[in-house]
Amino acid sequence: MAGWTTHDGLAAALPQANVDTDQIIPARFMSASRKEGYGDYLFADLREGNDAFPLDRHAGISVLVAGPNFGCGSSREAAVYALIDAGIHVVVAESFAEIFAGNAVNNGLLPARTAEAGAILEALGTETAKVRVDLETRRFLVDDREYGFELSEIWRRKLVNGWDDIDLTLSRTEAIAAYRDARRGQAPWIWPKTAPS
Amino acid sequence: MSRTLLDKLWDAHEVAFDEENGSLLWVDRHLVHEGSHHAFAKLAERDLPVFAPELTFGVADHYAPTRGRASIADPAIAQMLERLERNTERYGIRLFGLRDPRQGIVHVIGPEQGLTLPGLLVNCGDSHTSTHGAFGALAFGIGATQVAHVLATQTIWQARPKSMRIRIDGMLGPGVTAKDIALHWIAKLGTDGATGHAVEYAGSTVRDLSMEGRMTLCNLSIEGGARFGIVAPDDRTIAYLKGRPFAPDGDDWDRACVAWRELVTDEAARFDREVRIDAADIAPTVTWGTTPEQALPITSTIPDPGTFDGGRARAAREALDYMGLTPGQRLEDIAVDQVFLGSCTNARIEDLRAAAAILKGRSARVPGVVSPGSMLVRAEAEREGLDRIFVEAGLEWVASGCSMCVGMNGDVVAPGKRCASTTNRNFRGRQGKGARTHLMSPVMVAAAAVTGRLTDARALMMEQS
Repeated sequence: MAGWTTHDGLAAALPQANVDTDQIIPARFMSASRKEGYGDYLFADLREGNDAFPLDRHAGISVLVAGPNFGCGSSREAAVYALIDAGIHVVVAESFAEIFAGNAVNNGLLPARTAEAGAILEALGTETAKVRVDLETRRFLVDDREYGFELSEIWRRKLVNGWDDIDLTLSRTEAIAAYRDARRGQAPWIWPKTAPS
Repeated sequence: MSRTLLDKLWDAHEVAFDEENGSLLWVDRHLVHEGSHHAFAKLAERDLPVFAPELTFGVADHYAPTRGRASIADPAIAQMLERLERNTERYGIRLFGLRDPRQGIVHVIGPEQGLTLPGLLVNCGDSHTSTHGAFGALAFGIGATQVAHVLATQTIWQARPKSMRIRIDGMLGPGVTAKDIALHWIAKLGTDGATGHAVEYAGSTVRDLSMEGRMTLCNLSIEGGARFGIVAPDDRTIAYLKGRPFAPDGDDWDRACVAWRELVTDEAARFDREVRIDAADIAPTVTWGTTPEQALPITSTIPDPGTFDGGRARAAREALDYMGLTPGQRLEDIAVDQVFLGSCTNARIEDLRAAAAILKGRSARVPGVVSPGSMLVRAEAEREGLDRIFVEAGLEWVASGCSMCVGMNGDVVAPGKRCASTTNRNFRGRQGKGARTHLMSPVMVAAAAVTGRLTDARALMMEQS
């Protein structure tokens, strides 16, 4: 994935707590291959028959500001694919479900955690605002008002460099093999015996 | 230095640590399913082999049809199952496929086959992987990119979570189950109450739970925000595992048992957070809203959203609107359209026995589906005659799979219909577009089937005695 340091975009509010991954992408759309794109399925059920839905009312939204515990529920990475394929680069919330946040970073999407998300939601209301996000300073501007966000150094580096964990780990193959051999010596029962087919 | 069970498991699996990336952990068991196709595609793109196919196991469950398996009508479902077969065959991974008599839900068959053992690190691309923590394993769900990473390296990068102990003491009352314990603590702490923590369940109540009960408890950890749920292994754990197909035997078994008994939190170890619950405070619990935290004892009434703080008030209003309920309504007055008994949370043999005990000699007023957690559970239930009890009551007895829990395999709740369900998530649309889900234990689902509404199962249990 491509790394990035700053993002300039348009923000809209989704003032809902506990936005779960079943809402982000309903299960019935998940058999599609990644190449087909998942953007059309983003919030499919919430959007149906709802012209007031923020992503339909405003074009070109790339920053979504949401309620706490965003991305809870299933570990489906397709929820992140749907957001990215619909043009979302950043989700701002007071808190994120852990698996979702990890999936987001692994795909270049920033889960920007800030205690001020509620205030931003209130300020946005049903309108949009210009946003500039800076990974180096861990700060973002919403219509010239500055806010900080929390992001671990590990995750910041991954986003900036576009790092892939597999590349990082393959350089440690010897250490992994040594660990495996030691573990097998200490606890051979971990390797399952061949059970009858 | 005194260590928690989490510390012991973590330290034993740490291949490397660095400040930038956290812990690189060795994975002892990697379970994949149809939804893992994205991960296999990532592997193929880079032309990488699977590092340890002998530690990786495939399971057909999420898309497994529970009826009409001979010729699958839906091409998308057929394609997902074929992809899994192709991928596991290509990489030399053992598959518990649709035609395998041991097929079932991944978090049911792992323990059932003895693949899940104390002291292991278990990963699967499914958030309910915490189920395996019931055996004293470090088990957690991961996303597709991480699944690809585990396939390629047999390791995973992970930041060490904070530790949290939920201690439950005392005897559970009649009709109160592990499902009620979980819904009780989630309602108390919230769906994000344990975020960032690994939960160890302890106390006399947990010790008294069967392995099935402990699995239910650990399974629901993620619904309270905890990625990990763990119970220290004991005699009950060891008795459950003895003789399982993939469990060790002979000298290995003896050595393993010695090691497993060390997997306890040291007396003086400190947790980052402690929560205490009195078992006497737990009643049969049902959800009324659209998150597992929106749950109450069955004897309660629907709350007034105005009694909640800010964001929770809005969430409660939206939930009641979606669920078609009004404040002040008695939970026991809520009529249901159908019931579902199944899922990785509550479809083991003990769950089916408990539900059948309520249904025996009674008729269901509403239709329902019973999907056992595995085909071996199904066979055992049939040996015990449980299938006849369900069918005679008017419920449908089907094959094993994730079924109506996840709305991607053909088993769905119709829009606007209300389902009393033994599953784990009551999110909007989880069981199908517009579906209204009430989570509860197997005995409570059976009671709802008999009366056609949410019902305190204790009343039916008293009638029987």
